[in-house]
Amino acid sequence: MAKKILKVKAKASGDRTKVKMMAKHIMESGQRKDKKTGELIPAKFLQELKVEHGGKVVFEASLGTAVSKNPYIAFNFAGGAKGDELVLTWKENTGASATETVKVK
Amino acid sequence: MSMNRRTVVKAIAAGGALIGAGVMMPRAAMAAWAESAFKADKQDAAMNALLGSTDTAESAEVTLKAPDIAENGAVVPVTVRTKMANVESISIFVENNPNPLVAEFKIPAGTEADVSTRLRMGKTSKVTAVVKADGKLYSAAKEVKVTIGGCGG
Repeated sequence: MAKKILKVKAKASGDRTKVKMMAKHIMESGQRKDKKTGELIPAKFLQELKVEHGGKVVFEASLGTAVSKNPYIAFNFAGGAKGDELVLTWKENTGASATETVKVK
Repeated sequence: MSMNRRTVVKAIAAGGALIGAGVMMPRAAMAAWAESAFKADKQDAAMNALLGSTDTAESAEVTLKAPDIAENGAVVPVTVRTKMANVESISIFVENNPNPLVAEFKIPAGTEADVSTRLRMGKTSKVTAVVKADGKLYSAAKEVKVTIGGCGG
């Protein structure tokens, strides 16, 4: 399996779960030039991110190139308990994708 | 010895099952990335492509939290939140960026319309958050001054 790029903190409190995620990703916009060659560096960024809890999609994001390097996204959803598993799927503009799981604390 | 062998076999079997589950994940089921909206170079065009309309109503119920002055345009923290019911999506636009659409977040039922993220800004610009609720579009905007742009290189 590919190396994990998502760092996730999911914490259940009361009747909801707070999720903070950070992806380790360069988010290359395709608008920067290589300083040596003067050529554009091809874009390489995360396009989609989906979070599922118990088979239900709780969050879905479409990202553009204007999202910062190492994207950080935080959201809350109702439900979720300690020990539950979140399934996170991401997809890059290059077509690369992966699924990672994380436990709710 | 035989116990060890047993655990090893078990571990391999479990690992195999995990890999199988990974392959069967319905990747194709992911929402299509709105390419035309993300590639648009004008905010109106991007909004039209993404939401089908530019007819947004400024609403006090949409809270857009962003700094007045962003010293580093490469990392501008932004929070969008609303108490409205039936929120379907939240999208963020930066008017003066080469591609104004920054991101779109789908909010399924049960998820709070409260999203934080960090974005890049090339220069001082208006940041607009658009909330789609009950099929209507509501927005909040804020001017963010950028000292050092985040798109140079």
